[in-house]
Amino acid sequence: MAIESEVLVIGGGLAGLTSALSAAREGADVRLVSYKQSTLRNASGLVDILGYTPDGEGPLTDPYEAIPDLPDEHPYSTVGLRTVKEAMGLFDEVVPNYQGEHTETNALLPTHGGTVKPTARYPASAAPGLASDDRDVLLVGLESMVDFDAQHVAAHLENAGVPFDVRGETIRFPGDLRADAKVTRYAKLLDTNSEVPVRGRNKMARDALAERVNPLLEDEERVGLPAILGDDHARSVRAALSQKLGAEVFEVPMGPPSLPGLRLEDALFEALDEAGASIETGNPVADFDGEDRVERIYIEKNGAKIPNTADQYVLATGGLVGKGIESNRENVYEPVFDCHVDNAADRYEWFENDVFGDHPFATYGVATDPDLRPTDADGDLEFENVRAAGGVLGGYDYAAEKSGSGVSLSTGYAAGQSAAQEAL
Amino acid sequence: MASVPHIAVIGGGSTGIGIARDLAMRGLDVTLVEQGNLTHGTTGRMHGLLHSGGRYAVSDQASANECIEENKVLRDIASHCVEMTGGMFVKRPEDTEEYFEEKLEGCKACDIPAEVISGEEARAIEPHLARDIDKAITVPDGAIDPFRLVVANAASAEEHGARIETHSKVTDLVVEDDEVVGVEVEHQTGPDKKVRGTEGGTEQIRADYVVNATGAWAGRIGDMANVDIEVRPSKGVMTIMNIRQVDTVINRCRPKGDADIIVPHETTAILGTTDEEVDDPEDYPEEGWEVELMIDTLKELVPMLEEARTIRSFWGVRPLYEPPDVGSDDPTDITRDYFLLDHEERDDLHGMTSIVGGKFTTYRMMGEEISDHVCDQFGIDAECRTAEVPLPGSEDFSVLRDYMDEFGLRSPIGRRSVERLGSRAEDVLNTDGPNPTVCECEAVTRAEIKDAISQSGANLNAVRIRTRASMGNCQGGFCCNRMASELHGEFDEQITREAWDALLQERWKGQRHALWGQQLSQAALNYALHATTQNRDNDPADGEPVDFAAFDSGPTPTGTSGQTGVVTDGGTRDGD
Repeated sequence: MAIESEVLVIGGGLAGLTSALSAAREGADVRLVSYKQSTLRNASGLVDILGYTPDGEGPLTDPYEAIPDLPDEHPYSTVGLRTVKEAMGLFDEVVPNYQGEHTETNALLPTHGGTVKPTARYPASAAPGLASDDRDVLLVGLESMVDFDAQHVAAHLENAGVPFDVRGETIRFPGDLRADAKVTRYAKLLDTNSEVPVRGRNKMARDALAERVNPLLEDEERVGLPAILGDDHARSVRAALSQKLGAEVFEVPMGPPSLPGLRLEDALFEALDEAGASIETGNPVADFDGEDRVERIYIEKNGAKIPNTADQYVLATGGLVGKGIESNRENVYEPVFDCHVDNAADRYEWFENDVFGDHPFATYGVATDPDLRPTDADGDLEFENVRAAGGVLGGYDYAAEKSGSGVSLSTGYAAGQSAAQEAL
Repeated sequence: MASVPHIAVIGGGSTGIGIARDLAMRGLDVTLVEQGNLTHGTTGRMHGLLHSGGRYAVSDQASANECIEENKVLRDIASHCVEMTGGMFVKRPEDTEEYFEEKLEGCKACDIPAEVISGEEARAIEPHLARDIDKAITVPDGAIDPFRLVVANAASAEEHGARIETHSKVTDLVVEDDEVVGVEVEHQTGPDKKVRGTEGGTEQIRADYVVNATGAWAGRIGDMANVDIEVRPSKGVMTIMNIRQVDTVINRCRPKGDADIIVPHETTAILGTTDEEVDDPEDYPEEGWEVELMIDTLKELVPMLEEARTIRSFWGVRPLYEPPDVGSDDPTDITRDYFLLDHEERDDLHGMTSIVGGKFTTYRMMGEEISDHVCDQFGIDAECRTAEVPLPGSEDFSVLRDYMDEFGLRSPIGRRSVERLGSRAEDVLNTDGPNPTVCECEAVTRAEIKDAISQSGANLNAVRIRTRASMGNCQGGFCCNRMASELHGEFDEQITREAWDALLQERWKGQRHALWGQQLSQAALNYALHATTQNRDNDPADGEPVDFAAFDSGPTPTGTSGQTGVVTDGGTRDGD
């Protein structure tokens, strides 16, 4: 007998988790299946809505203002401004430890590449680092952490014109960590506040770290470190360090593996669990039955194909990065339901020659009807009971616009809600 | 003339650098000028095959003889640049038996060790070979790193007193009374060009003799003194796979043809190639069909190539030459042998010789011959020592020591570092601070990056070719910013940013021919890391000033939240 649910969500990233959550809150019986590690571990943990228009105008102070003028094929145009705001409301309600809801104005956060980036919601751990705050900043890097060179980032931020003085210093993390220790190793040490050997004596990790930073601190009121400051007990780690240093400690968001991204993923899984959805991770969708409607999908598990049926399906498998969109030498395609993906016939037209050009590949994904249901080349529905959300959608370049999280949240929210209403 | 003659060598590819080393070791005064980086031309754009000579054993035995001789020499003097993979010529059912026999006899005639093995035996060595390969001939082909080899030659030449000027373009030859007496050069400026030598301005370098070793560019130098040098540049594509589908050089055993070789190179395999004459060595079309041809033809030998991931493609230009009276129509018929053109004999122009044609594998032999010729001009009797004296990095390097523990490196990283650095490993890796890995794909540590920066200045592409950092699967997605940060220790932020941008752009360029499947996914991830996470596509340091005051400065007004230690979030997961 097949595993049954009312709404079945395929994909465990921001869009999938949001659609499952939104469907569950509508009262639907929801099941979420995901295959690969979510791309949230690659993400900085900043939640952007819109930082730049498709024409490159920006950084935008108001992310909502430009939404009504976006092109028709943009997912924001599909769901509409009101849905975007409702989706942000859901995010604010269920995800703890985030800030930015007090205003509709974008914030600018320092990046580990030394620039600033417009974003709508930011982890509390990053909040004291806001670039529009004019208090001086000391950035502290770790000798063996090659992704965050504090002196380089400080000099770059200064040339970016930030309204405060910023200096960089580099320390050796206390204890005898290997040169290639993972971020989770640092976080764990600070979480547990374990003892680390420092010049023959054992010290608590948080004390030992503060003692290394203290002599370097001049009169800066803020101290930024790479995002390694604890995982499960991040708030306490930051509070303890802030107190020991007499300055507000913050994290600079980093590339993969990103602790703020992982913390966000954990928070969403927890909220989904509380909402009562069933979750299965680690197994791919191998096949499906159905013509006009998807009848069932088959999950491949230990070599067997397990049927899963549902009334409504949400496809939230991600874009090219998450492999929800794939390609070969001839074609770009959607691998689960083979939904139509519009793309140039010549693969040399999938990109521009400039590294940050207007790459067509970045906008490749499925097109939908106003209810987020994927459509074929003629604009007809692929299936009447499948909706798409997040990176699998086409029509926007999230990297250039800084719109990835907002599109995932709002289309996930809308798809989940609509699927639940249809199923009930 | 001073006590020793001063020789100007034009061209910083393998040939020029080999000549400079040889002449310097014989005690001559040498200045080498190169328009770009070392290996800027053809040397930097080859498949890295150390020829056994097998490829020429039927059609061009003179080249084959030279190849096998130099193959043995380079294994000795350049051990840290060479990986003796071995090679084989594989025969498919449709390839003729006659040619297979000719190849075998040709190898024997040229003293190339060659043995016939069955299809099963070939597949036991290389399991991914096609099931229907009948049989194969094994030969001592190998893989060689052209960058490392040229850099080592340059270091040796400098140790022997040579002056090496990179980013110094020859704008004219100085000719007086039908004799070339020097070169006019334009030294480029900029921190990224401070590779070696003089910065900025023009200079007339007087010389007692000039050697034109500019390969495909030789005709341009000739034009400056009104002599004709008919080099026939021929382009070839090379497609890089993300892994080594084979660990042995695989050649197809049939007469000349496109797409007939796979060379395992470091972490990759390189598919080659095409052979098509072009007019201009710097401006020729790079076309997608050439990449398709590599994959679709070579999958007949290694079927898994059909679905495999390519990370980029590049093109190189062979500096082919044939005497004007031969007149081959097809570039594949042109000999791979080299020619020494003494312009005194040939054109009544004294003081200059050009060397054209030839192969990377025979660069040292070419250097020896032309150095003999130069010494003859001055009646100098000095012995060539380049075949005996190892290159820096290859001295006394018989055993891979256990550098992993010694330098706190995990074993695969330690092994790869030591393979690249050879006997220089100890000098480079023995640092005071921790030595984290900067490029994970190619296992390049901070110490190696710093060493390369000390040699090449603010040019991350030059650091890249010295270390292989950013040349692996992710094509710099994860390490371009890290490499830039290492540079920032030596250069200011703006110079660093320009070098970083140049690296990002260069890494993007070669991937254009590999953008489908997994590599397109990788490119999308890199784009997200650089544009979404780092916001490098809208770097405010490059663009319009940002009005910071117009953005969110937090729930409390700026500057008043001085309650240090208070964190305003209401976490639920934070238990303690």
